Amino acid sequence: MSAELALLGPILAAMLAAATPLLFAALGELVVEKSGVLNLGVEGMMLVGAVCGFAVTVKTGSSTAGFAMGAAAGAAMAGLFAVLTLLLLANQVATGLALTLFGVGLSALIGQGFVGIPIPDVPELYIPGLTDIPVIGKALFGQDALVYLALAMVPAVHWFMYGTRKGLVLRAVGENHAAAHALGYKVIRIRFLAVLFGGAMSGMAGAYLSLDYTPMWAEGITAGRGWIALALVVFATWKPARVLLGAWLFGGVTIAQLHVQGLGIDIPSQVLSMLPYLATVLVLVLISRDIARIRLNAPASLGKVFHPDA
Amino acid sequence: MGKTLMGLAAGAAVLALGAGAAVAQEKMKVGFVYVGPISDHGYSYQHDQGRLAVEKELGDKVTTTFVENVPEGADAERVIEQLASSGHKLIFTTSFGFMNPTLKVAQRHPDVKFEHATGYKRAANVATYSARFYEGRTILGLIAGKMTKSNVIGYIGSFPIPEVVSGINAFTLALREVNPKAEVRVVWVNSWYDPGKEAEAAKALIDQGADVISLHTDSPAAIQVAQERGLWAFGQSSDMTRFGPKAHLTAIVDDWNTYYVDRVKAAMDGTWKAVDTWGGFKDKMLFLAPYNPAIPQDVVALAEKARTDIMEGKRHSFQGPVKDQSGKVVIPEGKSATDEQILKMDWYVEGVQGKVPK
Amino acid sequence: MSLLRLEPRGQASRVMVYLTPVIAVALTLVSGFLLFWAMGFDPVKALHAFFIAPLMSVRGLGELAVKATPLVLCAVGLAIGFRANVWNIGAEGQLTLGAITGGGLALAFYGDGGWWLLPLMIVAGMAGGALWAAIPAFLRTRFNASEILTSLMLTYVALLLLNYMTHGPYRDPEGFAFPESRLFEADAVMPILIQGTRVHLGSLFALLAVAGGWVLIARTFIGFQIKVIGLTPAAAGYAGFNEKKIIWLTLLLSGALAGLAGLGEVAGPIGQITPTVSPGYGFTAIIVAFLGRLHPVGILLAGFLMALSFIGGEAAQIGLGLPKAITGVFQGMLLFFLLATDVLIRYRVRFGAQKKAAGKVMA
Repeated sequence: MSAELALLGPILAAMLAAATPLLFAALGELVVEKSGVLNLGVEGMMLVGAVCGFAVTVKTGSSTAGFAMGAAAGAAMAGLFAVLTLLLLANQVATGLALTLFGVGLSALIGQGFVGIPIPDVPELYIPGLTDIPVIGKALFGQDALVYLALAMVPAVHWFMYGTRKGLVLRAVGENHAAAHALGYKVIRIRFLAVLFGGAMSGMAGAYLSLDYTPMWAEGITAGRGWIALALVVFATWKPARVLLGAWLFGGVTIAQLHVQGLGIDIPSQVLSMLPYLATVLVLVLISRDIARIRLNAPASLGKVFHPDA
Repeated sequence: MGKTLMGLAAGAAVLALGAGAAVAQEKMKVGFVYVGPISDHGYSYQHDQGRLAVEKELGDKVTTTFVENVPEGADAERVIEQLASSGHKLIFTTSFGFMNPTLKVAQRHPDVKFEHATGYKRAANVATYSARFYEGRTILGLIAGKMTKSNVIGYIGSFPIPEVVSGINAFTLALREVNPKAEVRVVWVNSWYDPGKEAEAAKALIDQGADVISLHTDSPAAIQVAQERGLWAFGQSSDMTRFGPKAHLTAIVDDWNTYYVDRVKAAMDGTWKAVDTWGGFKDKMLFLAPYNPAIPQDVVALAEKARTDIMEGKRHSFQGPVKDQSGKVVIPEGKSATDEQILKMDWYVEGVQGKVPK
Repeated sequence: MSLLRLEPRGQASRVMVYLTPVIAVALTLVSGFLLFWAMGFDPVKALHAFFIAPLMSVRGLGELAVKATPLVLCAVGLAIGFRANVWNIGAEGQLTLGAITGGGLALAFYGDGGWWLLPLMIVAGMAGGALWAAIPAFLRTRFNASEILTSLMLTYVALLLLNYMTHGPYRDPEGFAFPESRLFEADAVMPILIQGTRVHLGSLFALLAVAGGWVLIARTFIGFQIKVIGLTPAAAGYAGFNEKKIIWLTLLLSGALAGLAGLGEVAGPIGQITPTVSPGYGFTAIIVAFLGRLHPVGILLAGFLMALSFIGGEAAQIGLGLPKAITGVFQGMLLFFLLATDVLIRYRVRFGAQKKAAGKVMA
């Protein structure tokens, strides 16, 4: 039994790392959706962020520069989305999906010269004493800096949304853009900024994958994590803390099922691989039963086109 | 409108025919169909290296065409058909899922020659080819048995197909030949290429005590993890040393260059036949990447001896007696596994933990 | 503030409905020309390969129909749901289930089939897809769980289930343990409609779905309810429309059509069950649905355009060595232009500054 118990620390550590890209992307999308915009292009923005971040790190040798570039590239993709949906009033669902298609192609194109190139690993944190604590020390105090940044974004986003005036305005715009406009708020500008933020966060999620989690560039390196992040926003009923819960749940079950396989337990690997998805659905069902709460949280104007004169 | 279109169509057809005839006289068109992107630096990349070798070797006598990222569904047949009907005289379809589409197209184009990788169905104009990857796994198993301290080896599998299962078995047999106490733990990631998932699988195996990681997936993610943790790993499909110079023990490198050049030459001089080629070290279809300098000399010598023995036919990866997990002798003493047994392998040998997913 | 601004039209422009796709294609051609030229390819040849070459033969046109069939089948069903604000984004999973259930019958009755087998498979395929969509419907109506999440997550589960089936129960016993089923027998395969092509019965079903979808939306009371719920949910509540019924109906319908699409693939061009049935048709169909403005006839056209861009990309790869990555970028551009020019239907582009007062009053 102690052998299984000793696995708890490593599982915890791996779970925190696995949840990091999901956290970045989902928190970004949460802000976007709270402003009333639905951007389904997360996967595409992550990919472009991943490849641009990687390219800059290869050229400059600095993973900090790479990470910043990843955020900028994600924001640039989001800017394209914002121009199309907010200024040209294109359908958000279709434009987001087209953005993903575009991002898959664009990232592959940019990445052609960067396949098979190794980059230096981002060093992990080491705090003497704390990191050495048995079982949980390495998990809690021995991760990459970005893992902590993603965690810090949870209270930061929550504070912005519920503790600042700007956050209040953003939520108002997402609830009822016509009323917000009538009150004199610049709906399009606010949404534009929210979309850019979401893009930057997606770009960081991608850059975390290509610079830190598996330091390499490969076509489609995100492997569907953008879609999971989108699902997590719904899972979280647009609440930052619940995004964290969802990311840990999904990441944790993913890691745990790999451990179960390694222990040689006789369940088909495909069935075990289904568990993270099934667990997410199950927990969603459990927390969704309170109808009134969810209605209150879903931005009422989500996905709806806004034009000041309409 | 209709008439204009028809006129255009006729014009284009005449042009296409004229161009096709002119080219056919001088250059032979050779087509390649890949399941992944050529930039995967693994499976499809190695096939594309073979295509480049053909271009280099035969220069202006050939033109080559490739189509990458072809899904193994209804699209494959159309891509192969397009190659066949646009003047390509020899077409390599490089993934198992292209088997039936290749045969369907081949039936309609008896004058075109086809080569399907890793399949088992042939026709008058369809040859098959594959490499005996399991031979390489034997060498890796020997090295792993000597390098492991924890006697736990982690093995990352893609999908439980015979090629992967026979690789696990060949590896385990060699492992336990030099280290009877060692065992193999397998984790399936249900993907050929998902760096994140492969890294997670490597971490899980290492956390369970593995100190050597072997993989049958295409990305170098697991090698990076091993490097970070100061442990060992083997590469797959291509030399992955640069992703973890300290951890990378060696790698099985697929090599299609010689085979592709030979087959194109055969098609040109009329000696091409629809045969099955299943080549190993001897046929230069696989190589080992340079050994890590950290491997002791006697272990390198052991590995090299085994490799030479395999090439000379003195050693077989599945030399009896081979027992399955229940202890039943499947391959009796004095015999080695038949090709059919290896091709159909869906059981584990003794020393592998868990069951083959079915 | 800006020199250009959009002014709402009182009524959607009939002219622009037909003109915008032309404008979008023209913009795509111009920017495609520049893109290919910048990447060092002959732009005329590349554009010809993309848009003209696939249309130049009966076989090419047939392939277009084969590729458009699953897209249209899925998109028609999805569009009906989207109109009612039911966000089924798991058509890919429902398609996969259709292949598993319908295709499974072909294997179960291997060797003793008959004329009845294919019709039975079609029913089973639709039932499989509908069953998979029934889970999100149940979870939404009973537990209030968002169908966006559940239908997406169930897609991954379905793909893994297909993987499990092809490695296990469905595996060809003579297939050297490779993960593929046997090839279906003749009475389990969709008949070919046009000789010399791969156009199969599924394409006819797609046309029927377009016609049926149009009738449902435009001519029935259910269609009316769907529209009302989608546009003004509150009004639908006052009118006493049963929202749960509409959720069930639209999900079951879109699931059944996606299941039919999946069966059409395994019993059509593939002819067996393989671990990869669809290269993402269920997801692409979402774009097709919106590109077709959620209208069945629009979806038919959008499905063909989308299919053309895929097949054209292949043709350009074969003919000119144009990398697949450029195809993706080009496809994205095409979609952006199509989506962006839509604005001209409801808005006029005006130059010069806005009259402030008028804008305020209207808001």
